[in-house]
Amino acid sequence: MAKEISGNEQLNVVSMLGVSKRFPGVIANDHVDFVLRQGEVHALLGENGAGKSTLMNVLAGLYRSDGGTIEVNGKAANFGSPREAIEAGIGMVHQHFMLVPSQSVTENVLLGLDEPRFRMNLSRYNKKIEEIAEQYGLHVDPAAKIWQLTVGEQQRVEILKMLYRGAEVLIMDEPTAVLAPSEIEELFKTLRSMTAQDKSIVFISHKLHEVMEISDRVTVLQKGKVTSSGIQTKDVTRADLARLMVGREVVFRVEKKLVEIGDTVLSVKNLKADNDKGLSAINGVSLTVSQGEIVGLAGVAGNGQNELAETLAGLREVLDGEIIVNDKDVTNNPVKKGIRQGISLIPADRTLVGTAPNLSVTDNMIMKNYDQEPIGQGWIVNSTEANSYASDLKEAYEIMVPTIETSVRLLSGGNLQKVILAREISSEPKLMVAVQPTRGLDVGAIEGVQKLILAQREAGAAILLISEELDELISLSDRIYVIYEGEIMGQVDDGDIDKIGQMMMGARLEHIEKEGVA
Amino acid sequence: MDLIIILASGVATGTVLLYATVGEIFSERSGVLNLGVEGMMLVGAMFAYKVTAATQSPLLGLLAAMLAAGAVSQVHAFITITLQADQVISGLALNFLATGISLVLGEGLTSLRDVVPQLPKFSIPVLSEIPWLGDIFFNNQSVMVYVGFIFIPLAWYYINRTRPGMHLRAVGEYPAAADTLGIGVYALRYYYVFVGGLLAGLAGATISLSISPGWFGALTTSGQGWIAVGLVIFAQWNPIRAAFGAYTFGALRRLVLDIQGPATVLGLANPFFYNSNLGFFLKMLPFAFTVVFLVIGSREAMRKRVGTPAALGLPYIRGQRGL
Ligand SMILES: Nc1ncnc2c1ncn2[C@@H]1O[C@H](COP(=O)(O)OP(=O)(O)O)[C@@H](O)[C@H]1O
Ligand SMILES: [Mg+2]
Repeated sequence: MAKEISGNEQLNVVSMLGVSKRFPGVIANDHVDFVLRQGEVHALLGENGAGKSTLMNVLAGLYRSDGGTIEVNGKAANFGSPREAIEAGIGMVHQHFMLVPSQSVTENVLLGLDEPRFRMNLSRYNKKIEEIAEQYGLHVDPAAKIWQLTVGEQQRVEILKMLYRGAEVLIMDEPTAVLAPSEIEELFKTLRSMTAQDKSIVFISHKLHEVMEISDRVTVLQKGKVTSSGIQTKDVTRADLARLMVGREVVFRVEKKLVEIGDTVLSVKNLKADNDKGLSAINGVSLTVSQGEIVGLAGVAGNGQNELAETLAGLREVLDGEIIVNDKDVTNNPVKKGIRQGISLIPADRTLVGTAPNLSVTDNMIMKNYDQEPIGQGWIVNSTEANSYASDLKEAYEIMVPTIETSVRLLSGGNLQKVILAREISSEPKLMVAVQPTRGLDVGAIEGVQKLILAQREAGAAILLISEELDELISLSDRIYVIYEGEIMGQVDDGDIDKIGQMMMGARLEHIEKEGVA
Repeated sequence: MDLIIILASGVATGTVLLYATVGEIFSERSGVLNLGVEGMMLVGAMFAYKVTAATQSPLLGLLAAMLAAGAVSQVHAFITITLQADQVISGLALNFLATGISLVLGEGLTSLRDVVPQLPKFSIPVLSEIPWLGDIFFNNQSVMVYVGFIFIPLAWYYINRTRPGMHLRAVGEYPAAADTLGIGVYALRYYYVFVGGLLAGLAGATISLSISPGWFGALTTSGQGWIAVGLVIFAQWNPIRAAFGAYTFGALRRLVLDIQGPATVLGLANPFFYNSNLGFFLKMLPFAFTVVFLVIGSREAMRKRVGTPAALGLPYIRGQRGL
């Protein structure tokens, strides 16, 4: 396999050779070689589940490897804890931020350090942290509490945390997944200013264009194995990388048929609702979705998307405004009534909201029609009918499970999502609200899910697609609304990514257009 | 029935609640709910009395009480932190265990009434001269009451303004984050469960050696540990609010006892004096108030985003998926 690692003029700060890591039932890393040179941005590319996070967790001391050698600055290193890794200059910013929400930025940065010994002189440390932040263009108020910060700011705190500890190697696990386009630009600037100061960066991603833009070299993982170790980014094309990552040719375009747009199905007027904390989450949202149309809703995570989806499905109380579906007012309707009127929800949380993890595939599939003929007969569930119903769906949707009796918690993300889609689609919805339907799925599964959604559009359903993946929104949607802090900033019909990006950061469409004219 | 007397003895009884509540705050702030407070207090009260009887030193009794309750708390720590069992069930079981231990070892202590010395009571010069407040807070109170006054701000300061306090909060809010920064989550949780035990023991000793001296079996603590558990939520895990709640409840408990005394109240015949069955109703009141306070406290906490340590009740397992 790839053995082009050599003693170049640049220093190797990290070299991992033949590293393996097993979990019960999976080999997450299988003899992986990975070499990081000083001052470079090294992308670690691979699909979801390829083993990228695992490999870096091994380097960062969170997991112990089952084999292979790791050297840091020429010295053998097998860290038993994240602390040891940090002491050796290796810091990791995890996919899920490791920040204490109720504490301030400064407190989070100082957490776990030996200094200050006892009394916290926060104002003094605030200043110190501000200085470091300044140096790398990481703008954030040190006195603010984490829960008050945007996701982008929280990420900066994570980076600060590592820089404050004197990290020379920074591992960023899928850092762009949670950011708006302009924040991504800012992150890239920060990363470049760090490499300019001779720090080295591991950039984990499954997004090809980002890897092409930011990295000097790439290592590609596929199902735990390296398919290419440390190639120069400038020597490869996007298509090359895609092939290395997926193991076959990938088409980037989805086939979208021309569909006649019919009557308005969903019409939301001036909707208001609170989040779980009792704070306003949706603040006067109005939108429409018609038959045969996919309408995208773009926005940075946590701007009211989930709450909106929940109000539409009847899971969250509407405080003001109304929801009309097929000319009927369904505002604050019980969920079941909504289901009968053809409202279907693909929730963001597949494992806890979308399915009941410990129940079988069959039970999960009949959840919407268990009380209807022929499955429900009076108060009895006819299990023969239920099983044949579930088997049919399993065949039709090509769901890979040993039997339909298997608990769905044992299913992979893609198959789990297919179970949900099978159930929802077979209820022949008039309105389908899909929240992040492809998040965390691998490329093959994403294709499958997107095809199913497009098929619904062709069948004449109205679809509201809520997603944080702009590429997906643009390729699937007929038009796109952008939501920011619970308000609709505007609507684009032509997939203009610049406009969407600006609206995601809180600019209203009117303002953008005015500036454009001026 | 003198208001000053009720408030003053409210402060005294409240001191017991104060120690127990703040102890539970430490434990819960680290993420471990310990419902065994009542049992640990009983162990403390019994050991304090027994050791004082044997050594004639209330100070030794106090120490023994704290260590004994601290030791009992470690059973809960082991079960919930190391074995990762359910904290509610383990806490309930701990109560049975601790109550059993105290009743067995406390056998025959009741009769020692006259040979067990108490913790000293005294007035603070100058401060006790202040009108009203002097009489309520500083006049002929137990030494434990005064220690309590100093203890409240210290506990608050420790939790909110020191490095170990910051680590304590981190471990109870987001143990995975603390762990990645090299903070020993398990060790800290053991430690603060132990602190909770020490303070519950101290609370127990404060009862049997000072506030209502003696050993009366399970009646010695008579449910105060449960009130303390409720007060933690009312206090929103803040020692200063805990002190406020503890003294208020102390006064309430006292009022309930005193109101049965006189034949007339405000010139009217006192129903509680003439019908002793109503006394049971009165004794129920503090618990009813606990419930009311709980409801109010948790609603407010939700609005203000304060309160419940996010990881409270959850065992920490390193490297668990989705961490
Ligand atoms: N803590 C864990 N326990 C069990 N299996 C795990 C754990 N972490 C990851 N895995 C498995 O290891 C594989 C690689 O996962 P991961 O490193 O997270 O992939 P990536 O970061 O590339 O998406 C996956 O099959 C995943 O299910
Ligand atoms: Mg990952």
